[in-house]
Amino acid sequence: MSAPLVSIQDLTVQFHGARRASALNQVSLELGQGEVLGLLGESGSGKSVTLRTLLRLHPERHTRTAGRIRVDGQDVLALRGRELDRYRGGTVSMVFQEPGLAFDPVYTIGQQISEAVRVHEGVDQATAAARALAMLERVQIPQARRRFDAYPHELSGGMRQRAMIALALACKPKLLLADEPTTALDATVQIQILLLLRELQRETGMSVIFVTHDIGAAVEVADRIAVMYAGRIVEQGPVGQLVHQPCHPYTRGLLAATVGHEHRGRPLEAIPGSPPDLAALPPGCSFAPRCSHASERCHRDIPPLEQQGARTLACWHPVRLLGEAA
Amino acid sequence: MNAALAPTPAPHDMGGPAQPLLIVRDLKKHFPVRSSPLDRERKFVHAVDGVNFSVPKGKTLGIVGESGCGKSTTARLVARLMPADAGELIFDGEGVEEFRGLRLKEFRRNLQMVFQDSFASLNPRLTIAETIAYGPRVHGIARADHQARELLDRVGLDPSHFAGRYPHELSGGQRQRVNIARALAFDPRLVILDEAVAALDKSVQAQVLNLLQELKAERQLTYLFISHDLHVVHYLSDYVMVMYLGQVIESGPVERIYGHPAHPYTRALLSAVPSMDPEHRTQASPLAGDPPNPINPPSGCRFRDRCPHAHAVCASATPALRDMGRHSEHLAACHLNDPASGHPEAHQEQRP
Repeated sequence: MSAPLVSIQDLTVQFHGARRASALNQVSLELGQGEVLGLLGESGSGKSVTLRTLLRLHPERHTRTAGRIRVDGQDVLALRGRELDRYRGGTVSMVFQEPGLAFDPVYTIGQQISEAVRVHEGVDQATAAARALAMLERVQIPQARRRFDAYPHELSGGMRQRAMIALALACKPKLLLADEPTTALDATVQIQILLLLRELQRETGMSVIFVTHDIGAAVEVADRIAVMYAGRIVEQGPVGQLVHQPCHPYTRGLLAATVGHEHRGRPLEAIPGSPPDLAALPPGCSFAPRCSHASERCHRDIPPLEQQGARTLACWHPVRLLGEAA
Repeated sequence: MNAALAPTPAPHDMGGPAQPLLIVRDLKKHFPVRSSPLDRERKFVHAVDGVNFSVPKGKTLGIVGESGCGKSTTARLVARLMPADAGELIFDGEGVEEFRGLRLKEFRRNLQMVFQDSFASLNPRLTIAETIAYGPRVHGIARADHQARELLDRVGLDPSHFAGRYPHELSGGQRQRVNIARALAFDPRLVILDEAVAALDKSVQAQVLNLLQELKAERQLTYLFISHDLHVVHYLSDYVMVMYLGQVIESGPVERIYGHPAHPYTRALLSAVPSMDPEHRTQASPLAGDPPNPINPPSGCRFRDRCPHAHAVCASATPALRDMGRHSEHLAACHLNDPASGHPEAHQEQRP
């Protein structure tokens, strides 16, 4: 594999406002060209913070960021001014969870997409409008010409999310960040959007980081899954191996707690307790207070990230060893 | 003794075990749409349009459907949080708010609700022990505070730790436990859970589902469980009712609905669930488009413009809910299941 498109090393993000919170702790990630990574985690695990840091969306006054992020050869944390503008939307763009909030309510869908094209590529209005219309057709919006002149509130949720994807892909980014794009949608619409994302990824060859709390959605689109807990990546591997042979007790617990038809009539294997407070993380493994395998060492020392083949794992007492799983 | 002066104990099991705890007949609610005064016709959202169902005692009825299908409105109408345009509620053999029937105040003591948004449904200025004791105190029940602490303990929150805290100091899962405790404070017989676990993280969701199951067994509760998550409904429910644009299109025992769905919409809904197996990913979407607008529902069968089996008869005649022959509890509203409907693909024989 050539140089990875995205390389994140020891990324640490702390917010300090009224309260101090360590949102990300020494996160390292790599993503190749054309690869789809699923970032899986619960609320507060740092998955959205990772995406927002990649786009530098956090207010700098209240955020302390350490580590290195390189995307397509650029040092993201050092970008300033025009370079940053070009990077956002040009190299990397994002699809948000709530398209109703992400769009500007006073401009039509068409105006917003053509504006992005004009700003990034310096083309005239007519070319940009034609591009925007072609994008709307590409994301399979029926009657695209009519929707072009529609305001965001006139579209249904699924349609708005398609328009959001059209906007994100209008300038042919190399990396698409998708922040829970299907969580707010009905199951029947969710599967349509997942299939659309998969198809567009195959056509354009872009890389995708897909953030979700739903293992099912991640399995549908991702090649590789990274599981996050309390601001750390605890386990990572190809989607098939991770789902069938989880090594970290948290991953295993998450899979067991996901309700399926086979669970009927039995109590679920729930993980006790709740995720830790990011302002006061435990000194050792963050999952130790909820883990049935935890020993004294887990409460004392943070487990290092071990790598074997395509998989990585940070655990002192894995459910199965990395070597066994492969 | 005058019932208006002294609190009566909650009446228990009046109609016997065979009497369904709740029967809902022909429930309707149409919301007027604000339109310009020049419009000829007033438009209505047909939120709930002639819904019939019953919930047997001690069972769980799951209601599923896409957003806008009327499942939450149905719950709110049953709880009388808003008046229905038409329809009857019969609670354990007694008509609610009818002449010589059950009075609303008494009905509400027997029925409690847990909502999706655990934060919005708690008063931010009351501690959680006060929140739980509030309702019983209004109804004049003695020892409300003592009972509140017991309930907190039962839902897994240590009262010495949590009783004096405010809602913003708790996590989502803990707040939802408080909501459940509050719902139980009246010792209700029917609990309506409207997307009660939808906003929770997976690991916490499993804890709350387990708690709900335990409480149901301990207190002989009956649940009306509303969710868009088909896995959770399968796990928790005994009976399932599928709604589409304000109408029930299929209902029956959970194994029948999940094992042998009879309506094309139910089949599509079930196959829209992500596969969980990377080797067998979903290849094609079972349904195109979004749920249609409930303001002007299509004529005949409301599902026909998204249905792969639609035919002329589906536009002209509205299919009625009919049972599946040998399975009298399994009802579906589709011309395909009625040999006499005139639909060319209709099954000539009753399917197993």
